[in-house]
Amino acid sequence: MKKETDTSFVSRGFRGRRRDAAGDPARVPPGQSVTRDFPVLSAGPTPHTPLDRWTFSIEIGGTLRTWTWEEFRALPSEPVTADIHCVTRWSKLGTAWEGVSVDTLLAEVDHDASYVLAFCDGGYTTNLPLEDVTGGKAWVVYTFEGEPLDPEHGGPARLLVPHLYFWKSAKWVRGLRLLDEDEPGFWETYGYHMYGDPWREQRYSGD
Amino acid sequence: MRTLELEIPDWPGHVAGQHVDVRLTAEDGYRAERAYSLASAPGEPAVITVERLENGEVSPYLTQNVRPGDAFEIRGPIGGYFVWRPDDGGPLFLAAGGSRIAPMRAILRHRRNSMSEVKARLLYSSRTLEDVIYREELEGEEVFHTLTRAQPPGWTGYSRRVDVDLLREVAWPPEHGPLAFVCGPTSFVESVAAGLVEIGYPPGRIKTERFGATGGR
Repeated sequence: MKKETDTSFVSRGFRGRRRDAAGDPARVPPGQSVTRDFPVLSAGPTPHTPLDRWTFSIEIGGTLRTWTWEEFRALPSEPVTADIHCVTRWSKLGTAWEGVSVDTLLAEVDHDASYVLAFCDGGYTTNLPLEDVTGGKAWVVYTFEGEPLDPEHGGPARLLVPHLYFWKSAKWVRGLRLLDEDEPGFWETYGYHMYGDPWREQRYSGD
Repeated sequence: MRTLELEIPDWPGHVAGQHVDVRLTAEDGYRAERAYSLASAPGEPAVITVERLENGEVSPYLTQNVRPGDAFEIRGPIGGYFVWRPDDGGPLFLAAGGSRIAPMRAILRHRRNSMSEVKARLLYSSRTLEDVIYREELEGEEVFHTLTRAQPPGWTGYSRRVDVDLLREVAWPPEHGPLAFVCGPTSFVESVAAGLVEIGYPPGRIKTERFGATGGR
């Protein structure tokens, strides 16, 4: 979907390099470039929580349900292959993960919330509508390309929500707080978009 | 490396540490956008510093083709996390790797311009002396240089990649309650941030801005 430009502003002499977007422009949202690297962009040092202290919780007010690492790893998991899109303009196609569907986790609790706030080691948070983490759209993943997820990339486990900008795929995730109303998380508080749809280029609030 | 001073109509001003998105448009409508940190302090004209990358798409244009009077589209200022205002206090420990000195320069200039009493130390890692930018200006500050690839004869600064021992020698001790800003390539930021945690900095007092390889700038 091409964004309409309202000006005919041309940068004198700029040609650019039209990249072959892995041959399939339908997979690359506007303003993105495909990379084979896996850049790391995070706010603050990488946290390291030992697995024997790691838990994942679903909260609504208090804690509704908690899993230890062993319990979490015993849950049914599935492989996921996805294209991911970072707000800083890189996209990585066909990334391979494994983890637990958020549907599986939410099936264990009774609620009528409309939003979730993912919370993480180090204090990071991000908000999402419930319908964007259910129906097979989101996972808590712990394997990347067949290997345990590296701490720099969010290990031991991170949220994976590939249809939104990747800051919504919260690293070092430790749980989901169920909410009635949308509440801005870390980057959203700093001016990033509340929803973050890469296909509508919703990078910053006001987009 | 090239420094560009931008004249931006209706510029609302910026906070030290913020960046702008620069958008270039070719004749056929093809567009490319990149982010650049503002190297100037609030109240000064907007200045960005661009490093020409080998396989870059935008940086060669900005460093070689752009002439005074040229115009391009800017969005910003952007950023609310990796910023410093004098009320945030300190002492400040700033660590910059390579060409990512721009936000640190903005912070240091702002500190000076606002006559803040906050103390600041800068750790600046570069490959060689020729890669160090704003060198003379930074000489007025408390700066620790490390040159990781080659050092000139008689060099008395550090000559290795930053490690925990180096940080112990140059960073403010944690008891002083410092606020750290770390900016640079991912590996630099990772090792400095982890090193500061190891010497006792609370993770919440370490702000990071990383630039991993982004498929060309």
